[in-house]
Amino acid sequence: MKTLILSTALLALGSGAALAESHMQTVRLGTEGAYPPYNFLNDAGEVDGFEREVGDEICARAELTCEWVTNDWDSIIPNLVSGNYDTIIAGMSITDERDEVIDFTQNYFPPAASAYAAPSEDVDLTGGVVSAQATTIQASHVADSGAALLEFATPDEAVAAVRNGEADAIFADKDFLVPIIEASGGELMFVGDDVPLGDGIGVGLRESDGELRDKLDAAIQSMKDDGSLNELLIKWFGEETQTFE
Amino acid sequence: MFASCADPETLSGLSWLWCYLTTGKHLAFYGAFGTVLLLLAVTAPVALAFGFGGAVAARSRIAPLSWLGRAYIAVVRGVPDIAFFLFFVIALDQGIEWLRHKAKCPDWDQPIRQGSDFVVCAEAKMPLSTSAQWVHEVYGFWLAVFTFALVFGAFAANVLYGAMRAVPQAQIETAEAYGMTRRQVFRRITVPQMWVYALPGLSNLWMVLIKASPLLFLLGVEDIVYWARELGSTKTPQFTAYPHGDWRMWYFLFLLVFYLAFTRISEIVLDRIMLRLSHGQATLGSHKRTGPIGMNKAGPP
Amino acid sequence: MSCYDTLMEYGLRSLGYGERLLPRSDFTLCQQVVLIGSGMIWNVYFGVVALLSGFALATALAVGKASRSAWFRKPAQWVIFLFRGSPLFIQFFFAYFLFLSLKGQVPAFDALTSAWLGAAVVLFFNTAAYSGEIFYGALQSVPKGEVEAADAYGLSGWSKFRRVVWPTTLRLAWPAYTNEAIFLFHATTLVFFSGFPASRQQGDALYYASYFADKTFNPFVPYPILAGYFILLTLVVIGVMGLIGRRLNRHLPDAAGARRRGGFRTIFR
Repeated sequence: MKTLILSTALLALGSGAALAESHMQTVRLGTEGAYPPYNFLNDAGEVDGFEREVGDEICARAELTCEWVTNDWDSIIPNLVSGNYDTIIAGMSITDERDEVIDFTQNYFPPAASAYAAPSEDVDLTGGVVSAQATTIQASHVADSGAALLEFATPDEAVAAVRNGEADAIFADKDFLVPIIEASGGELMFVGDDVPLGDGIGVGLRESDGELRDKLDAAIQSMKDDGSLNELLIKWFGEETQTFE
Repeated sequence: MFASCADPETLSGLSWLWCYLTTGKHLAFYGAFGTVLLLLAVTAPVALAFGFGGAVAARSRIAPLSWLGRAYIAVVRGVPDIAFFLFFVIALDQGIEWLRHKAKCPDWDQPIRQGSDFVVCAEAKMPLSTSAQWVHEVYGFWLAVFTFALVFGAFAANVLYGAMRAVPQAQIETAEAYGMTRRQVFRRITVPQMWVYALPGLSNLWMVLIKASPLLFLLGVEDIVYWARELGSTKTPQFTAYPHGDWRMWYFLFLLVFYLAFTRISEIVLDRIMLRLSHGQATLGSHKRTGPIGMNKAGPP
Repeated sequence: MSCYDTLMEYGLRSLGYGERLLPRSDFTLCQQVVLIGSGMIWNVYFGVVALLSGFALATALAVGKASRSAWFRKPAQWVIFLFRGSPLFIQFFFAYFLFLSLKGQVPAFDALTSAWLGAAVVLFFNTAAYSGEIFYGALQSVPKGEVEAADAYGLSGWSKFRRVVWPTTLRLAWPAYTNEAIFLFHATTLVFFSGFPASRQQGDALYYASYFADKTFNPFVPYPILAGYFILLTLVVIGVMGLIGRRLNRHLPDAAGARRRGGFRTIFR
């Protein structure tokens, strides 16, 4: 489950007409499409979610024509560096490891907490079995914590493993878990303390794309400045979520 | 999609199901069946061509060509197809872009490999980054066809190589006695005669190819397995008008039925072809082929 | 750290011995070769276990499918159809669900959801179905003359089957069976890839190869290493099966020629 999945579900963004500039550049935005509320495919099969709105707004402000592409998480970076799309907007936390290979813009999502969810309060988070999506910062964290790591290709399967008892708990982005726990009707609950991981979520780019990074950086800054980014955060993650100052 | 589906929360029972099954996502799922069938239909002849080339090369009297053919068969057959698909497509894509880059941007002075980045000039991009999405998809589809054909071509080469050797020596000798050249013997005797020997192996290969189609997902084509996974996974009400639990079981059951039916139909059709091909052929038991069998191993070591 | 140290630390990592944490940074070629090689233990384990145990069931399925009694024939036909007609990937998916629910009912089935047992069971059925079909085809093309000769010697029932029919069947089926063995070893890479979860970062060769591809963001080193290992494994499989095949044919006057002819006959059927 790795390589580029060129999605059918895309839109060339219609911001073009208003900003009809002569040298508009087409930028291909890579995302996963399976990580609500950050990004997911809606009923119509289009990319939707917090990052869809942020990405569209960034493109509008940077005066770029943008196109959404979905790609499997596991190979999302190799396909970026080999040029199959130009940015990654897929809930990707900024980490030192990744920063060595690709560049990030400033974060558009504040450093987020990861959390454990489990069917009961009394699970052993450092000695039990904890599931996580393979090759995420959460998976690395679980491997370090001493718990037995059970890895799944998609976050959904990792959740399913807790439901069916394969794993004692799941460790994932808290914002990903919130709607699941709400919908579970008490079957699942947060356990233990939140764990801050990473430096927030930024747009990933090739290191050789300095110019594009500056454009996107400026657009994100302007969204932070006028508060529109915070509005989107609250819209998608609720009133209690962290916002930018 | 339909006006009656505007507010799914008010629906129930069959009308809910109808609306659910006609969402844009589901239509993409149904479309993916077409993609898979099309890919199989295109890949099979291309793979056969690769296989024919490989077999002819392996039989060649020119040593380097023969080594090349044998190496192709041995190496590609030796590698699990998943492992091959995981790096080959990116390599192929970069290879194509590198060639185009050399041809189109001779005065480019920056290195192509910058750290881990692979950077070619904008004109060399395949497809151009300004192209419409469907161009990207068509390109991805052809990359997939090529990769599939390359892998299955190696297996086909093995089958055809064996089949060419199975053509009775007496027929070849008779043809030579009539004064045909090697080339003529090959064209007029070996090739027409080999099919009956190759068909069981080839039909088995077709079966394997059908069952390899979930790997399309690795090659960047959104195939039926991708959509089944996506549609079947738990949906929370916040993000869809049609929330449901873990329904992957049902979607995969549907895929199971599809694959079983497809294999069965293929079996019946291939049996018919075999019956016709072997008509009048005095090979032992050729008239009661009971089903495909693994490819013969009489190919090059 | 020398490569020898790496071998000591990670050589048996796939089984849970040695360093608990996988390498996290400064990846060396040696680490990749050692860890992916360590993962090969699982591929070989799955392949060998499924092949050996599957052989017995394959025999039963072949005989069952050739049986005149519908009681034996129908089940054999269905097992073969079901497992040959669907992708292994889907079989893993359903098996995992099934094992989970079995486990919920009876605690004794606990181990089934672990790859070492559960995946081996699925591969066992899978290869038994494929081999069963191959053996069945070969069984159909056993020369009538041999059977008649056996009758003339007064052999009957079990001893006729064991001493005449079955050895000939195997000899005819061997080339195709060799191919099945190759396919089976290749199929073992699917176990952790799309079937069973990897626990405590103990996985097969493909698992470690994709681990390195993820960490180094470079697929062009680990996957070719994996490919190299598999080419070696395939050569070994072909070699071992060839030795057995030669032994099966040892009484025939012209072993090479007979093998070729025999091989083709199986595939015509």
